Amino acid sequence: MIRMEPRAETSRRIAIIAPIAAVVVALVLAAIPLLAAGQNLGEAYGLMFKGAFGSAFSFSETLTRATPLILTGLAAAVAFRAKFWNIGGEGQFYLGALAAVAVGTGAISAPAWILLPLVLIAGAAAGAVGLIGPAYLKTRFNTDEVVTTLLLNFIIILLVQMLLQGALKDPMSLGWPQSEPILDQAILPPLVDRFRVHWGLIVALGAAIAIYIVMRHTVLGFQLRAVGENPHAARHAGISVSGTMLKAAAISGALAGLAGVSEVAGLKGYLTSDISPGFGYAGIVVAMLAGLSPIGVVISSIFIAAIFVGADSMSRAIGVSNYLADLVVALSLLCVLVGGVAARYKFRWMGLKGREV
Amino acid sequence: MAAAKSRPAKNGDSKPVILELDKISKRFGPVIANEDVSLTLRRGDVVALLGENGAGKTTLMNVLFGHYVCEEGEVRVASENGKMVQLTPGSPQASIDAGIGMVHQHFTLAENLTGFENIILGVEPLFGLANKRREARKKIEDLMESSGLGVDLDIRVSSLTVGEKQRVEILKALFGDTRVLVLDEPTAVLTPQESEGLFETVAKLAAGGLAVIFISHKLHEVLAASHRIVVLRGGKFVGELITADSDKRRIAELMVGHEVPGSKRERIGAGDIVLKFNRANVDGIDDRRSLHDADFEVREKEIVGIAGVTGNGQAALAALISGLVEPDSGTVEFQGKTVTKFTPKIFMNSGIGRIPEDRHHDGVVGSMNVSENLAIENLDDDRFSNNGMLRFAGFRKYAENVIDAYDVRCSGPDAEARLLSGGNMQKLILARVLDTEPKLILANQPTRGLDVGALTEVHKRLLAARERGAGVVLISEDLDELFALADRVVVIHSGNLEDAGEIENLDRASVGLMMAGHSTEAQAS
Amino acid sequence: MEFLEIFLNENFWQAAIRIATPLIFGTLGALICERAGVLNLGIEGIFTAGAMSGWMAVWLGAGLAGGLLTAMIVGAILGLLHGILTVPLGLSQHVSGIGVTMLATSLAYFTYRTTLPDVTSPPRIEAFQPLDIPVLSDLPFLGPALFQHTFMTYLAFFLVFVVAWVLKSTPLGLAIRAVGDNPSSVDSQGMSVYALRIGAIMAGSSLMALGGAFLTMAAFDAFFFGMVNGRGWICIALTVFASWKPRKALLGALLFGAFEAYQVRLQTEVGSFVPGEVFLMAPYILSIVALIIVARSADYPRALLVPWFKGER
Repeated sequence: MIRMEPRAETSRRIAIIAPIAAVVVALVLAAIPLLAAGQNLGEAYGLMFKGAFGSAFSFSETLTRATPLILTGLAAAVAFRAKFWNIGGEGQFYLGALAAVAVGTGAISAPAWILLPLVLIAGAAAGAVGLIGPAYLKTRFNTDEVVTTLLLNFIIILLVQMLLQGALKDPMSLGWPQSEPILDQAILPPLVDRFRVHWGLIVALGAAIAIYIVMRHTVLGFQLRAVGENPHAARHAGISVSGTMLKAAAISGALAGLAGVSEVAGLKGYLTSDISPGFGYAGIVVAMLAGLSPIGVVISSIFIAAIFVGADSMSRAIGVSNYLADLVVALSLLCVLVGGVAARYKFRWMGLKGREV
Repeated sequence: MAAAKSRPAKNGDSKPVILELDKISKRFGPVIANEDVSLTLRRGDVVALLGENGAGKTTLMNVLFGHYVCEEGEVRVASENGKMVQLTPGSPQASIDAGIGMVHQHFTLAENLTGFENIILGVEPLFGLANKRREARKKIEDLMESSGLGVDLDIRVSSLTVGEKQRVEILKALFGDTRVLVLDEPTAVLTPQESEGLFETVAKLAAGGLAVIFISHKLHEVLAASHRIVVLRGGKFVGELITADSDKRRIAELMVGHEVPGSKRERIGAGDIVLKFNRANVDGIDDRRSLHDADFEVREKEIVGIAGVTGNGQAALAALISGLVEPDSGTVEFQGKTVTKFTPKIFMNSGIGRIPEDRHHDGVVGSMNVSENLAIENLDDDRFSNNGMLRFAGFRKYAENVIDAYDVRCSGPDAEARLLSGGNMQKLILARVLDTEPKLILANQPTRGLDVGALTEVHKRLLAARERGAGVVLISEDLDELFALADRVVVIHSGNLEDAGEIENLDRASVGLMMAGHSTEAQAS
Repeated sequence: MEFLEIFLNENFWQAAIRIATPLIFGTLGALICERAGVLNLGIEGIFTAGAMSGWMAVWLGAGLAGGLLTAMIVGAILGLLHGILTVPLGLSQHVSGIGVTMLATSLAYFTYRTTLPDVTSPPRIEAFQPLDIPVLSDLPFLGPALFQHTFMTYLAFFLVFVVAWVLKSTPLGLAIRAVGDNPSSVDSQGMSVYALRIGAIMAGSSLMALGGAFLTMAAFDAFFFGMVNGRGWICIALTVFASWKPRKALLGALLFGAFEAYQVRLQTEVGSFVPGEVFLMAPYILSIVALIIVARSADYPRALLVPWFKGER
């Protein structure tokens, strides 16, 4: 039998190695269905790598894909720090996107330096509101936030579909359920000519730095960590657990909302009900891979984005289903969870009879 | 020494040996929990295993019961033909099969099942049908008859009293044709009177041939209930005595290792009222978590001891003084002013320091470091923050001072709090509370689980705070502690507070009676 | 008037029970896991995997029984994974469950796409046909409403009573309830907390997979992407609503089925004024409301979400 013993100090080295090892193991495990499907492993993974990093264009695509992931990853990281399990990043993403088109498609006409911040703020606010609801239910009625945020994802996407058929529908879209295009003044412009990577990336990186400072250097961040680690002791020490959790929820929802704005205003230019291929859910994996560290989120988003972009490209080239990407992402999450155990515990082989050997 | 003891026919004792622990050593990493401990048990023996918290009593029993595997030594039990055979290490099932039953300090009962269901749990084959219930019930009823352990078997355990739950635990332990019964601190949750009843049961069972190991750190119980006493200190065997030939002082010295320090306390005149309850009610989900019409006051320079068996409303009282709950009716006055808002923050800021009952649960955030845990109650303080930004230099400087002044043993301000020993963790909390010079201090079980050194330190600090002028509410289940520190004792029972009076006019017996719910008026009549 | 007439329609009741069937399987499964002390948010993915694998087994010629067996085995394997992660390793049951859902979903989709790379319309199988119960199915109104369902619906109802009986009256049920309340009670009697919990999760997960299989093998006859559509999460809410009791779970699922069947019919009546999405949102909103109303009753398994490690008390 194997016994787990807690490590006296969490080793920094293991904390860094664990996610990397997790990713490697995930890629190895994903090779099993690949092989079962009769594919050439080297070719498939090679094409994926090339598709993600092989050229300036493909790297730009990876960064473009990483942009919303950084924001949804930060959203998950902040909430999870407070042990508030926000699985509703997907819904808050759509709320942000919805607010962006509500504000940015002509309702207000203003120069870019006013309209663009306004769109960002509206999106963040919408996302925040979307998560404060479940947070309030948790603090007030102890309603499991995982289930409420998950159910809200479905509700919000239906809401988006409804509005895209009605109030927000573009009359010029020839019947497609999509919104009117965002005004030019509300657009997050491209960073480099002829590439799709846009100013949303700068917003995301700025958010990562801001969250790092909040978590590490402010009273709020301190309170958030304390509530997450031991709510009883935090409450006893005069920290309002409900208040802190609501603040964490507001920040988390706002970040996910910003991701929605970034996709609408930076990439697509209009809203459809399938604009997110699961950015909210992938954000959970991003955050877990990063060990909830804001700076780590940037790195792990680029990795996850590379998996998606690479898999798409590989899928086009050799016809392997791009669901492989989702598979690798899911496996990465499970592996990093196990890796986290290895970082916190020593495994000791106890022999078959339980006696130490 | 141990080898000599395992030979039969010592002291003319000819009852058959049924259990031997032979030179048991058990380590957890660098920590020695047991070293070279031996113990022999015969039919009908009642052996007390005595030692302070952390002396290794529970560890030893966990080795016996297969929860831990010892590094050295072995456990032997008598087989059917009377030969001593080794018990398979690390197998609770082997211990159960050998007829060893244990009653843990924390009850191992499923509260959503009835007492009967708890007892037969695991007795029937898991994938079979419920087919042995009739026989089982007959057997339990016989056991109840012979042991005097009466309890309603057909209601959910969650609605039993603590004493009744313990009876279910004992029945559960006896059910499997038990030859050796281990009781781990069985009286911790009982009133003195309930404890008496338990000792009678133990005597009755022993007379019927059962061997009992009875773990305790309370001297008077050990003297009252056992035939022999085995004393452990720091994980080591330090002596074995025949109860009838020993006296309290000698056992205490063996247990503690040096002269027992009597806390010297001088009477000083109490000052103005700091805290006052006027018919304060807290409606908890049951009596154990409620406070009924409490009238209560604490003065400056006074330690008020709250005596009571754990789970009689102490939690509600502590929560009220900590600002964690509001009274459902009645008022609370602090320094003559009626309190209107109840939050921990407001209470702390107005000068109430709180030492929580459960250090790990409520006292510290284990994964945060020492300096963060020291600052956590005063984050708004200029030393620790500025416009919402933390000042780590202030954290560190303050922590260094405190670590020094309160002798908190740790690797430094950056050490994670969870790595501190119980005593050092308590010093950290004490420092955080006392350093703000509070006018009122709530000390809820402040020495539970501490060794003598740390305990003495806590007592000294509390007395010093009283000297300085603070009022102290000391909640303790340890009468020794109350008699050593308190100026006045208030007894709590089923959520009711009752003034027992000045310490000089009190004796243990009368406080014990009140703890069991016999009020002073009832005694008078 | 036509709002009430819906209730008099036997097709309405038949639809209600059909919609309730997968929820019954799923809620029973979730309930068994939670009674043993482990929240299984893998449910959504296990539904998907059960739906896909059951369907595919039949499509490959294993027969309907083979399909059900395949789905159950797949469910049990995914349950084993969740069990290992949450029980001996003690990982967050929330995050592990989400991970299992992501894994099971992507694995099901990947397998489906890889097996059938080029199909545009999903291939169909010979699904379970309604099984008319002799005599009873000829009853007016009650017959079509209650006794003209597929084998799987009858199975779901039967399982409600089996699970209720096992939990209440057998040694195994006793042990499962005990381990979800206080694992030490089981440990101290020499039973394995780990084995009991993992076993319960595997059993519960195979029931969840049956819920998924119902979708592709009885309600429809093909597999579609996104067909589970949050049903798993609704089962988690229903478990709380049912206070962890099988019969109440049945009641909750039926109420839910009736509500959905009703709104579908109502939609045709008032669809012109209210967008269809509002009706589609209703079940999710209803789940949230159910969670708030019934939040944490006294029956909450005390050890739910609390990891237990051997040797720590």
